[in-house]
Amino acid sequence: MSDYSLKTMMNKKERLAPGHRMCAGCGATIAVRAVLRGLHEEDQAVIGNATGCLEVSSFMYPFTAWEDSYIHNAFENAGATLSGVEAAYKVLKKKGKLGEEDTFKFITFGGDGGTYDIGFQSLSGAMERGHDMVYVCYDNGAYMNTGIQRSSATPIYADTTTTPVGSRSNGKMQNRKDLASIIADHDVPYVAQTTFTSDFKDIHRKSEKAIYTEGAAFLNVMAPCPRGWRYDTPDIMNICKLAVETCYWPLFEVEHGKWTLSYEPKKKLPIEDFLRPQGRFKHLFKPGNEDLIVQFQKEVDRRWEDLLYKCNR
Amino acid sequence: MSIKERMSGNEAVSYAIRQINPDVMPAFPITPSTEIPQMVSTFAANGQVDTEFIPVESEHSAMSAAIGAEAAGARTMTATSSVGLALMWEELLLAASNRLPLALALVNRTLSGPININCDHSDGMGARDTGWIQIYAENNQEAYDNFIQAFPIAENPSVHLPIMICQDGFITSHAVENIELLEDEPVKKFVGEYNPEEFLLNPGKPIAVGPYSVSNYAMEAKKNQEDAMENAKEVILEVAKKFYKMSGRKYGLFEEYRTKDADYIMLIMGSAAGTAKEAVDELREKGMKAGVLKLRVFRPFPEKEIAEALKNCKAAAIMDRCESYNGNGGPLGSEVTAGLYRNKVIIETVNYIYGLAGRDFTVDHAKQIFDELAGLVEEGKEVMQHQYIGLRK
Repeated sequence: MSDYSLKTMMNKKERLAPGHRMCAGCGATIAVRAVLRGLHEEDQAVIGNATGCLEVSSFMYPFTAWEDSYIHNAFENAGATLSGVEAAYKVLKKKGKLGEEDTFKFITFGGDGGTYDIGFQSLSGAMERGHDMVYVCYDNGAYMNTGIQRSSATPIYADTTTTPVGSRSNGKMQNRKDLASIIADHDVPYVAQTTFTSDFKDIHRKSEKAIYTEGAAFLNVMAPCPRGWRYDTPDIMNICKLAVETCYWPLFEVEHGKWTLSYEPKKKLPIEDFLRPQGRFKHLFKPGNEDLIVQFQKEVDRRWEDLLYKCNR
Repeated sequence: MSIKERMSGNEAVSYAIRQINPDVMPAFPITPSTEIPQMVSTFAANGQVDTEFIPVESEHSAMSAAIGAEAAGARTMTATSSVGLALMWEELLLAASNRLPLALALVNRTLSGPININCDHSDGMGARDTGWIQIYAENNQEAYDNFIQAFPIAENPSVHLPIMICQDGFITSHAVENIELLEDEPVKKFVGEYNPEEFLLNPGKPIAVGPYSVSNYAMEAKKNQEDAMENAKEVILEVAKKFYKMSGRKYGLFEEYRTKDADYIMLIMGSAAGTAKEAVDELREKGMKAGVLKLRVFRPFPEKEIAEALKNCKAAAIMDRCESYNGNGGPLGSEVTAGLYRNKVIIETVNYIYGLAGRDFTVDHAKQIFDELAGLVEEGKEVMQHQYIGLRK
């Protein structure tokens, strides 16, 4: 990794071809391309995918954007589906139906709906059984494919179509689920949380490590959705930066239960900086709602302190 | 050389699985099919099979993992019962529409509620329109024989559909009966190696499985799937012919027991066919021309063949071990009568619901039914067209 350069990385052969139907500026495809750059060029892969924006937009019959073998099964079972593929690999290797040189890696993508919620059981099962695979959640904090409904990954007070802001509602009432921590508690070899940093080194390093760590690995990638979050589409990199600098989305990894912070902001920015550019939090800046931001900040602080404790113990 | 043994239906199917040595088996336990994954994982633990057994966390994941494994190029199977099959429902549809020749050992148990662990066919019938081939067994011997024929049927290039091999929960799955087993080598030769044309783990030849399909394409995919189900009928008969050569045991779409000259025929599926045959033997002694049509293949539904087999009788009792809750009768009651009408066979029929949630079905019940058919035809007695047998008064 010492010789990492974004330019070199961007010259690697793409494994997700252009021409798919995802929105311009979508975080999901940026996440997919970044993760797949972690694959060594000589290795083949089977890519799994839960139902969601990514699936319906990248494999619309008779076209596919995937250069590797790819399987979409249903919404809630990307973990189980890839478990089966990985088991097939083991037995075909054992029986000599695949040669020594035929190395396949197993990576599956799901949105937060398919991962935190409807696919949670299937994910948990696959992680606990320890299949040699990487489950990548592209977390955009709501069910975007069906039109921006809340999920358990949606942050508190977000305005979504099932937690609409109204005269008696300030948006979602609950804090988001901390999925990376839950999967780390499955005692899997590798869990990491990441997003897009200016050089993409963090996500690259973690993807490569996840793919080449034997056993089950989980990556939680914050992947902003311009439509759902309602920020100016070209601002995606700034949104990600603010998420990290406010400690809303800390970068960390957990290797066999050992927690390591990947980045600590020199000066933690106030959460308003992350919330203000996003239309889904617009109501928080209306007079009389100051306390909501205070509450939001408190929860960010509490989780950050908790993370520091885990990383320092 | 056949091997004479005594075993339960679950043991018989597990014995067949050991001989077939499938590549992958994801499964989740549910009564009364639990013994099958237990036995297969024991075979794996003792090195008797190469099978990768995946102890998944639910039946939904069992079928999901099975789809992944089969698409990856591995011969794959699972086993379940009742609500386990119901939980798989979405995935059953995907296995069929992705044209994956999986096998499923279904040990029939009633669907909840009330929760009950005993036999009826509501689980299999609930999955009747999921695109799976369904073959039912009368006893342990048939369960064993059918399972050996499963993969050659499912994997046939003109079929390429998943297949359900069904046996009655407890009545067949747990009762120990005599059986004739085949030796390992001929079974392995009969089933052969699985060499799919296209699969996820084909080095250098990637494929994509499970597309989003717009209206311009999706309807053709569904018609192709229906064509494959129609093709399955011929393939089932071809495989049965080959199986006969190996085993000496004959199978068809259904078995006709003393029907050739029969005035009254009971159409029935599963273990209760044995009871019905006993009743027929007793009634024949007394001079009644009774017979049994035991349906083996429910999907594809052999409509024309059934109509042909029933056309010369005066009345047929259509026996459903399942209620449809449609206000008119069970699934066989609906499909058989529609088939008779479409084939212009106009005979008297009565649809009986029996044996739900493990309720006993006896020889006396069967005899009463034949008597009722005779009363309807010979004395013009009125008979309820949709009625329950053995119900508490």
